[in-house]
Amino acid sequence: MSSINDIQNEIIDEFSILGDDKESTIFYIMELGGKLQDFPEEERVDENIIKGCQSKVWLTAREENEEVHFLADSNTDITKGLISLLIRVLSGKKPKEILDAELFFIDKIGMGNIIGSQRSNGLSAMIKQMKLYAFAYQTKQNA
Amino acid sequence: MINMMSLDLEKIRGEFPVLHQEVNGKPLIYFDNAATTQKPKSVIDALSNYYQLDNSNIHRGAHTLADRATRYFEETRTAVKAFINAKEDNEIIFTKGTTESINLVAASYGKKFLNQGDEILISAMEHHANIVPWQMLCEEKGTVLKIIPIHDNGEIIWEEFEKLLSERTKILSIVHASNALGTINPVREMIKAAKKWGAIILLDGAQSTSHLPIDVQELDCDFFCFSAHKLFGPTGLGVLYGKRTILEEMPPYQGGGEMIKEVTFEKTTFNEIPFKFEAGTPNIADVIAFKKAIDYINELGKPVIKKHEDGLLEYTVGKLNEIKGFIPVGTAQEKVSVISFNINGMHPFDVGMMLDANGIAVRTGHHCTQPLMQRFGIEGTVRASFSVYNTQTEIDRMVESLTKIAKIKNR
Repeated sequence: MSSINDIQNEIIDEFSILGDDKESTIFYIMELGGKLQDFPEEERVDENIIKGCQSKVWLTAREENEEVHFLADSNTDITKGLISLLIRVLSGKKPKEILDAELFFIDKIGMGNIIGSQRSNGLSAMIKQMKLYAFAYQTKQNA
Repeated sequence: MINMMSLDLEKIRGEFPVLHQEVNGKPLIYFDNAATTQKPKSVIDALSNYYQLDNSNIHRGAHTLADRATRYFEETRTAVKAFINAKEDNEIIFTKGTTESINLVAASYGKKFLNQGDEILISAMEHHANIVPWQMLCEEKGTVLKIIPIHDNGEIIWEEFEKLLSERTKILSIVHASNALGTINPVREMIKAAKKWGAIILLDGAQSTSHLPIDVQELDCDFFCFSAHKLFGPTGLGVLYGKRTILEEMPPYQGGGEMIKEVTFEKTTFNEIPFKFEAGTPNIADVIAFKKAIDYINELGKPVIKKHEDGLLEYTVGKLNEIKGFIPVGTAQEKVSVISFNINGMHPFDVGMMLDANGIAVRTGHHCTQPLMQRFGIEGTVRASFSVYNTQTEIDRMVESLTKIAKIKNR
């Protein structure tokens, strides 16, 4: 299994092929969103909505073999693409790895410029929520 | 083809410095004019000149600069009076914007003249600025907010409007042109109908003033509000027009300098209108620069501007209707140059971002009209809104982008 940093470097490589063309980058992000694993209907409830996002984002997590696995969805395709990147980097990792992760790929691929300030705030809210889940599972494992 | 004989578009575009830049590697196309218009060089220069040459606090200054600044400031008041054909200069009150103008009326007139059970009538297409101040008043005074429903095309349902009118209707506060749909409401007829019941009328002219000729005396409205920044003027400045007789009866909105006649610790007497409602040092520079925006519109002529914008709107609707997956929101007969829409299967925010990637600035979301969006059962729309400096070529570029975007979900 690749490390969090390996996956981030892979993503940086993929985005570097797209160059500076914003339109192609957005289309690519949307395409990634299309490949997001189906989200269970019963989890599409208000408690799973992440606060601080402009568009609706649902996020759940479960623990398997001491690893945290995330599932998420959104009502907008671009946001789904962003979520899919986060899931690719953080899902299936140990809580400590998630908590220690420094998500440098976001700056490296110039995500702030691509998605603008409103969506950047939403992205931060998603990361925070994922780390909160990791923290909860870590606490549980250490108990 | 649009008839652009009467407008020299190249010259007009040359007067707006901000238009001449690239966004995301593409020439900027600015279609967010209902949110705020760009500023001509004359307005920008006036702001700069004021600070470089005339800066001084106005009224009661014993020196030349204060006198000059006061004169320029009051010249704008006179220009605004003429612009909307008010009777007197002192019926023009400077505020922060349309929102503050409506809040002023709700807080001052509402508090003094409205009582429990009185009704305030608004429409289903109001901006939050023409909903929330009245809700706050209702909360405080026990007045009742009534909503005029609208047809699917975004027009007022006249029969329902008439049914809602009664001797309890104390205020009709209505948007002249909808920011989210573009609908121009039949305000002349609505005012006449509401006056029969003795209602006071407030018109929210934020979206109409830049497009339509405004004559407050002919309209016979009691209040008219608009914002300078939506008609080529500076931000943070608005106007409240009120009939003299009514303004004189209203208590001050805020206390402070400028609005008093005499202050002792026992009692304060208030200044005359309009100063009674302009507490504190006003937005002097922006007021002075605003006159240049009014001059600019007057020089071009509103009918010429309207004709150009109508042409752009008609052309856009025709083109967009050809796109598979295009869903218009608001198709009223009478509209200002605003086109709201969705693309089937796509979130408006995503569409907006993809247009931005092509240098095209539009607005997406609920446009501060959440109840209206609920009425249509949608989360929001994409809104393109045109101004005098927009061109058919720009529309062609938007249509080309949208055609590509729509294909993602509508093959």
